[in-house]
Amino acid sequence: MRQRNALFLLIIVFAAVLSAIFVYPKWLGARWREWRLGLDLVGGSHLVYEVDLSQVGAGDRSSVVNGLRDVIERRVNLFGVSEPQVFVAQAGGKSQLVVELAGIQNISDAIKMIGETPLLDFREVEGEGTSTAFIPTNLTGRYVKSAQLTFDQTTQAPEVAISFNDEGGKIFEQLTGKNVGKPLAIFLDDALIEMPTVRERISGGQAVITGRFTIQTAKQLVERFNAGALPAPITLIDQLTVSPSLGVDSLNKAIVAGVIGTLLVMIFMLFYYGRFGIFASLALVIYIFLTLGVFKIIPITLTLAGLAGFIITIGMAVDANILIFERVREEIKKGLSRTAAIQEGFHRAWPSIRDSNTSTILTAIILYFFTSSFVKGFALTLLVGVLVSMFSAITTTRLFLKVFVHDK
Amino acid sequence: MLNIIGHKNIFLSAAAVLIGAAVLVIAVFGLKQGIDFKGGTLWTFSIPVNQPSIEDIENVFRTDLGIADVRITFDTSNNNFLARLPAENEVEHQKFSAVLKNKFGAFNELSFQSIGPSIGRELRNKSFIAIGLVLLGISLYIAFAFRKVMKPVSSWKYGWITLISLFHDVAIPAGLLAVLGRFANIEIDGNFVVALLVVMGFSVHDTIVVFDRIRENLVLDRGKTEFGTLINQSVNQTLARSINTSLTLILVLLALYFVGPIALRYFILTLLVGVTTGIYSSIFVASPLLLIFHRQPTSTRK
Repeated sequence: MRQRNALFLLIIVFAAVLSAIFVYPKWLGARWREWRLGLDLVGGSHLVYEVDLSQVGAGDRSSVVNGLRDVIERRVNLFGVSEPQVFVAQAGGKSQLVVELAGIQNISDAIKMIGETPLLDFREVEGEGTSTAFIPTNLTGRYVKSAQLTFDQTTQAPEVAISFNDEGGKIFEQLTGKNVGKPLAIFLDDALIEMPTVRERISGGQAVITGRFTIQTAKQLVERFNAGALPAPITLIDQLTVSPSLGVDSLNKAIVAGVIGTLLVMIFMLFYYGRFGIFASLALVIYIFLTLGVFKIIPITLTLAGLAGFIITIGMAVDANILIFERVREEIKKGLSRTAAIQEGFHRAWPSIRDSNTSTILTAIILYFFTSSFVKGFALTLLVGVLVSMFSAITTTRLFLKVFVHDK
Repeated sequence: MLNIIGHKNIFLSAAAVLIGAAVLVIAVFGLKQGIDFKGGTLWTFSIPVNQPSIEDIENVFRTDLGIADVRITFDTSNNNFLARLPAENEVEHQKFSAVLKNKFGAFNELSFQSIGPSIGRELRNKSFIAIGLVLLGISLYIAFAFRKVMKPVSSWKYGWITLISLFHDVAIPAGLLAVLGRFANIEIDGNFVVALLVVMGFSVHDTIVVFDRIRENLVLDRGKTEFGTLINQSVNQTLARSINTSLTLILVLLALYFVGPIALRYFILTLLVGVTTGIYSSIFVASPLLLIFHRQPTSTRK
């Protein structure tokens, strides 16, 4: 029996050591995978844009917003920021675009570029191959009334049907007349996206772009036309920029505080609970490494709030141990043998442990769904921390006691 | 042996006075809302060489940039300036930076945060809902967890008492922050709400420990001892663990407060105050309330 418990304990300790190597931000752990740090630790910007959909018909809304998102993501990628995040969010019935740029150097340029509404224009093509020249025309997305995804009657191939307004229709007629048999280039934000060939002069402002489209690419083009065509201006409503130096400073301070906090807790446990305190302290260290390992594996993007949440769970992690130890003391006073007291202690303390952790878990879950992305990080680390600490208290400490404590 | 029940009137009155004071302070001073709730700009920068005075910088804002509504404070521990302005877009941000760099040379921006007022409203609403949900959720959970303990106090009463002591634990830190807001211009932000929620989630821990012991003793005792005495015994038996579980958290919070990142300071302070009142509420408020609820006339029993 004791051998089996010792084996389990060894497995847990081994897992903790592996985890420690994994989470240490240098050596092997870093080479396999890097820590994901939030903006407030690494420096960067968090921007929230509100999309003005007042001019957009209800049916087109999600299409426009998605199109906007794509365009902005492409713009943001140009900045070479690692893992820029651009996503759509709903808040108070309005659509928002959230952009997160971590570790960016020139934030003002990025913001300027993002702020411009996507520009769509048509250009004539001269030459081909390496000597292709694109000659801008004055046909821009402004003249496109709408775009739609259609399918060829016979081949079922996806196509993009665009409809110009009157003025645009005239310009388009001119352009196509000049370029029959030649390709016409479509540019988005100065990047070539499609180059369909003009088959005949088109009047009436309706045209169908055929080509090697998949449903996916055709849909994308439609969305981009709609985003470029329909006015859907975006306004920056929330901006947070943190300089990298502040971020690093916060990170260091948090780590130091965490270490000192842990030491204080360990000293207290040793002082008050003596030998049992040693086991609790060891279990605490194991808890810290295992939890950090879980964070890195999921992976959770660690923000400052998230780090604080984790450090707070360190303060809470020993609670289960305290409840158990106090209980064991009581049982020993009642006259039980040490091993029996430990058994009783775990058994009796469990309801309190379960209930108190449940209330924290409840709070963490509510926090997660109700708050901004920064606080979500806190809620997540709180949740994961509490769950792992429950495991650690019940398994690790109990194994330590079972293996090392003998009856007198 | 700590005679909680014997002195319950003193303890409950003290708690009531504190809660009353907190509510009064909040009503009179209000909570100073930071930009998270009101909208606005929070700009942290340092000017390490030829450091100007606060008036100098404020003048630049007023005259050169045309912003009347500006407030600048100086953080001595980090040698930073903190400027509070109305919400500004990025174009303005760059314009201001250029002017400040011009005027003050060693201008170094540390962080810039600008929030429009619509987000603030949304945050306020979400905060109230979240606080309400947590209060409700925890109280319901306690009522459920103690559902088998029908005598001498019904399980619903455990839920109500939890609600009251949670309110106590939340009102006092809020009251403190209202005072700090009035006299030290400390603002509340989204983190403050998070801190309150965490305080609620945690302060109920020691309440649970005491209630659990009471429940257990009730089963063992089978009605021999008078309820008040039983409560006293239970509280004394669990005193050590109630205090110690909060103590370990307080140790960690102290470390975070004194050596941790500055941005989190008031968040940690709220937690510290809340956890401390949490110990007080479970030992000196929740337990006596159990006795009082027990002594309610039969009309409340269903």
